[in-house]
Parts: sequence; structure tokens; C-alpha cells
Amino acid sequence: MKELSTASSPHIKSAVSTGRIMADVLIALLPALAVGIWVLGLRALLIALISVAASLLFEGLFQLVVHRPVTLTDGSAAVTGLLLAMTLPASVPCWVAVLGAFFAIVVVKGLFGGLGQNVLNPALAGRAFLLLLFPASVVRYPALGQKLRVFGSAVDAVSTATPLHEMRIPALPDASLWDMFLGRIPGSIGEISALALLLGGAYLLARRVISLRIPAAYLGTVALLTLLFPKAQNAAVWMLYHLLGGGLMLAAFFMATDYTTSPVTPWGQVLYGIGCGVITVLLRSFGLFPEGVTYAVLLMNGLVCLLDRVAAPRRFGGQKGGGA
Amino acid sequence: MKSRFFGGIHPPECKSPTEGCIPIPMPEPAMAIIPMEQHIGSPCVPLVRVGDRVCTGQKIGDGSGLCVPVHASVSGTVKAVEPRPAVSGQAVLSVVIENDFQDTKSPECVPHPDFDTLPPQRIIELLREGGLVGMGGAAFPTYQKISSAMGRVDTLIANACECEPYMTADDLLLRTAPRDVLRGMELLRRAAGARCCILAVEDNKRASIAGLRPLLAEHPSVRLAVLPTRYPQGAEKQLIQAVTGRQVPPGALPADVGCVVCNAGTCAAAARAVQFGEPLTQRIVTVAGDGVRTPGNYLVRVGTPFSEVLEEAGGVTDTLWRVLSGGPMMGVAQSSLEVPVVKNTTGILCLTEAQNREVDHPVCIRCGKCVRVCPMKLQPLYLYRCGQADAFDALDRLHLADCIGCGCCAYVCPGRLPLVAQFRASKQRRKEADK
Repeated sequence: MKELSTASSPHIKSAVSTGRIMADVLIALLPALAVGIWVLGLRALLIALISVAASLLFEGLFQLVVHRPVTLTDGSAAVTGLLLAMTLPASVPCWVAVLGAFFAIVVVKGLFGGLGQNVLNPALAGRAFLLLLFPASVVRYPALGQKLRVFGSAVDAVSTATPLHEMRIPALPDASLWDMFLGRIPGSIGEISALALLLGGAYLLARRVISLRIPAAYLGTVALLTLLFPKAQNAAVWMLYHLLGGGLMLAAFFMATDYTTSPVTPWGQVLYGIGCGVITVLLRSFGLFPEGVTYAVLLMNGLVCLLDRVAAPRRFGGQKGGGA
Repeated sequence: MKSRFFGGIHPPECKSPTEGCIPIPMPEPAMAIIPMEQHIGSPCVPLVRVGDRVCTGQKIGDGSGLCVPVHASVSGTVKAVEPRPAVSGQAVLSVVIENDFQDTKSPECVPHPDFDTLPPQRIIELLREGGLVGMGGAAFPTYQKISSAMGRVDTLIANACECEPYMTADDLLLRTAPRDVLRGMELLRRAAGARCCILAVEDNKRASIAGLRPLLAEHPSVRLAVLPTRYPQGAEKQLIQAVTGRQVPPGALPADVGCVVCNAGTCAAAARAVQFGEPLTQRIVTVAGDGVRTPGNYLVRVGTPFSEVLEEAGGVTDTLWRVLSGGPMMGVAQSSLEVPVVKNTTGILCLTEAQNREVDHPVCIRCGKCVRVCPMKLQPLYLYRCGQADAFDALDRLHLADCIGCGCCAYVCPGRLPLVAQFRASKQRRKEADK
């Protein structure tokens, strides 16, 4: 008689594994990547592929060097690589993308303990690192219509202001709201099309990968603040330009919702989304750069432990729950 | 009044292979292995020796303190009184009876035609004498539960939720012996001094519910509560909240909020014990899973080895991976099939390799699904991390003691963390650290 397997209950498990969740995130990012390639050219695809490949390579090497099990098949390195590429302009040099991937995977994720242990969002921290060291490459957005050289350097590309740049004047951007919704604007590879990102977000919601709490709290707060403090005649239009512009949609659905770096408690998530929204608007209005989502999310990442403790669930049958 | 309980999961019910199966009486075992401990409390001491002749229903073990007697489920000769492997995984002192297949009824089993008018104290005595324990899995002595509820409760809840996947034993009991269940509920209600009794069923038991409704007219103090199908709807605290809106405070008992909960099978067995003098010696067991050829429900005598039950059910398949006593969420995996069916064996589940989702390197990705599904509003991911570090102060702050071991967290965990195993170990280590 074959030996029977014994282990603790429960003996059945949900079909949803880490690999499946990561695969869903990659699928959700495809529409935005597709629009990025369509509008910005094949170079965008190259940067994305290089970033993903570099991320996988560095994670594999790091895990071998520190004698940890190699877990490339869980898809998390690929997701980080793609998300990092989505935050970069298509004209960025390839080696800059590789360096960003190194920082994100090895320093921000690996050195902190690997999957599930990092404090900061690796893709955003990678972008912040590149912004610090190579601001020229990372905030130069090529003008639409020119064919970027796919291989080789793209430094001679003509750069242009993004809608958020124009909103700092303050003035309404030249691009129409419709262009911003579809993606016919300059910007980073993954952030230009609000429509594509919303489709991706809807897919993640339908697949129950993310809950609506963080995106709703984040977008809602940005909407409320920009509606209350407009810098244009029409408050509603100003609000819409803010919602559709820059990396807000990408951050709200894909960055702020990153499991490891967001709270696990329901109210903690709401507070987190609100915090991200407040800091984004503050940075967009008063900060050095026209965009604020990178640092907004990174700052809120640091508060996650506190938020989980403050918003711990109320104990079944009585008093307030405890925190770790 | 929050009646829906927080969290929970809805795993595939997998009840269709057995929900149409009327219980088939299992042939008596050639050797009945009766463990001396089939309840929570102090074990029984055997009252018979090797060579003694016993009759069906005869008391063969009893003890003092929190104890419920055990009875012979067959008639025959005592072959051995020795430790034998039991469902708990440990060897338990058992009386092994060699069956003479005469099924001679013991004269100890005295019916009480006046059961309707028996005083509460007498009912409680008869519950103890009948060997009644919680048949839904917990095996808590019923006489003690009712006795300590006397005068403190206004509601008796009969639990027929059967929220575990695959299990349909209680469902079929409701369909084949509804009057036993209702009579038992009335008896227990009178004994506990409760005003009303509620029969709680999940809404996936449509046939049983339809069969019960006409009978309710004969029992005016019984109300039927049909609850949404969700695991763990049948967990005591969640059930009380869903039916009455009351939440049992941490560390307290259901009696503290005026409720007493008994499994529907226990109610039916109580009715038979009091009215007909039949002690608890047999029960409906669901045999299910892809690892067994003919899933179904069987009326099995206590003491029948699992191997014989599985033989009767067509035998096991080559893809058999795990055999559980109970359902897939809280059942106990068995390493030997020679363990006997006992009073609280709700089912024998045969899982196949295809259902094995365990991984070599579980990793927590902080997705928070465990927090969303915990019916006791805990934060399993933090309990796990603190448990691994033996941080007992943090575990207390996170209310580890509230964990009911339902397994919802481990079910949804994408990283396949062994959460329940860790919590059990932590609770054990916490107890030892206290000493």
C-alpha cells in the first residue's frame, strides 16, 4: 500500500498562486505597453525587453550568489522589470535601464530580503535612483512623430514638454483631454494612455488581483484636491487634466497597489491611497519636478507598517484589534 | 445587528457526487476497535477484560471527571484491550471486539416512552449514559454542554450547516431522519431551559430544506434559519452571529451570549438515546473524493476500520494521495487506514495527487488575502512572522488565541504558507512557555 501523505489542514488550496497573480499583472500591463510602442516607436519595446531581461538576470544571479532558492518562475522580477520600463522615456539609453533594473532588483528588493520583504516599491525606487543620477535622460521626453533610433543612442531626439510640464506654468496643456485619454501625448512608455491603463486596471479588478480601495482612494483624493484648488478657469477640466496626466493612472493601479509595499488592512489601504493622493498633488504643485507620483508612493511606502498598526481590524466580539 | 459574518471563503463545494446518496448500512466489521477516548476530557477506563462476552450497546468503558462512556457497537467476545492507532494520530487504549455477527442487543438499553415529560436533570443523565458527544467534529461531551448552559441560555441552535466541502452526512440525515433531529432539538432545548430552538442550514441543501418545512408545523418552537453557503458558516461563533447577531466575546463561551450550539447529528442521536435507549454506536459517514471509486454516504458502526469502509466504497484508486478523517479544510490526515471510525468521524475523504498544491519554498508576498478572509478578524501574515520568531508578546497583541483553525487563510494564500500548522505550533509553544 502506497505511503499516505500527511500534513496539517487545510488540505485543499485555492488555484491562485503567486505565479498566476504575476502573470495577471503582466497581462494587465500589455495594453499600456502596446500604446507606448504604437505612439513612441519600437524603441519602447526594446527598453521594455531589456529591462525585463536585466531584471530576470540580476535576480537569478543574486539568488545564486546569496545561496537562496532561484525563484524566477514566480514572475515577480519580470513584473518589476516591465514596471520600471513603463516609467522611463523611450529615449533613455539602454544601459540606464539596465542600471535601474540592477538597483531595483538587487538593492531595493534582494538586499532587503527578497520577495515580500522590501519596504520600497522596487520599480519606483529604481526610477527615483535613475532620476537622482541621470536626470537629463530620465526627464527628457521625445516629441511625438519622430522616429527614434531603435538600436544605438537616442540622445539626439528632439525633446518636448509633457502636459504636466505645461500645467506648471500654470496653464491648460495644448493636448486635448481626448488625446490624453487615448495616449497621443509625450511621456514615459507606460503612462501616456489613461484608457489602456484603465483597461489593465479593470482586468486586475475582475481577476481579483487588486481591490478598488487603493486606486479609488488615490484617484479620489487627487480629484478632490485638484477640484478644490484649480489653477485654471474650469475646475472640472483642471481636475481631469490632472487625473489623466503624468504617471497617476499607472501609479494608482499598478504601483500603489503593489502587495508588498502597501498595507494589508482595509482601512490602512484607504488611508494609504489618500496619503498618496495628498503628497502627489502637493509635489505636483510645489515640487521641483512637474510629476509627484514617484516620491508620493515611495514616501507612503515608508508609512505602511504604521498604517497597518493604526488600522488593525476590530477584534471579533469586542475591543480594538492589536498590531504587530 | 451584523448578521453576515466577516470574511470566509467559498471553495468548490464538491458535494454533488454524494448529495443524492441515501446512507447505505455498512456491513458490521469483523473486529470492532473501540477507543476509550472519543471525546474531549478524561479518557474512559475499560470495564471489560479479554475473553468477556459483550452485547451491542453495552457500556464497555467509563471514567470520572469530564468523561462520556463508550459502548460496544457489535456483540461478540473481547479479543484485546490494548493501545491501537486512532484518528488523532496517536495510539489510544482500545477494546477490540471479535464480532459474532449476532448483533445481540444489550438489556442495558432501556427505552423511555415518556421522554416528552422527563425532567431536564434526567435528560442530562441519559445524554451521558448514551455516550453523546458533539458529532460535528469537536466531540465535546453533550451532557456537560447542556448542563453548563442550564438557566443561562435562551436559544438552542442545531447546526446542520455542514460547511466543509465534500461532506453531506448531515444533509442526508436531515433528509432521511428529520423527525429524529427535531425531536432531539426539543429534548435538548427543554434540558437547557432555552425558549426557542433554531435549525441552521446552508442554502445549498435545497432538498433537505424542502423536506423540513412541512414538518416544522408539528414543532412550533423550532425555527428554520437558511444561511448563505460560505465556509466556515458552521463554525460556532460565526453561526451564532449569523443566526442571532450576537458576537461571542474573546475567551467567552456561547452560553455567555445566551446560546448553545449542537450538531444536528448529535440532536438526532440524543433523541434515539433518550427515547429508545440506543447509545451512540453508529453514524452516517460521507466517503468522498476522487481517490475512492464509489463515493457515497454509509451508516457505519463505531469501531469499523477505515480500510473496511473504503473497501465497501469500491476501494481506493492508484492516484490516492491523502486520506482525511473529516473535511478538507479541518480534517486530520491519516497515515494508517486501520484506524477506526469513531463518534465524531463525519467523513473519510480521499484526495488525489492532482489536488496537491504544496510548494517547496513558501513565500509571503503580503498580498493581504489572509486578512480579508479571516472570520475572526485576525492578521494571519503577522501571526505567522511572529510565530516563526516565537515572539509571544506580539502574538498575544495579535490575539493568536482567537484563531479557530478554520484554514481560510492557508486556503487563499498564493505563497502557500503553512499558516495553520504554524499557528498550532505557536499555540502549543505558547502554552509551554506559560508553564
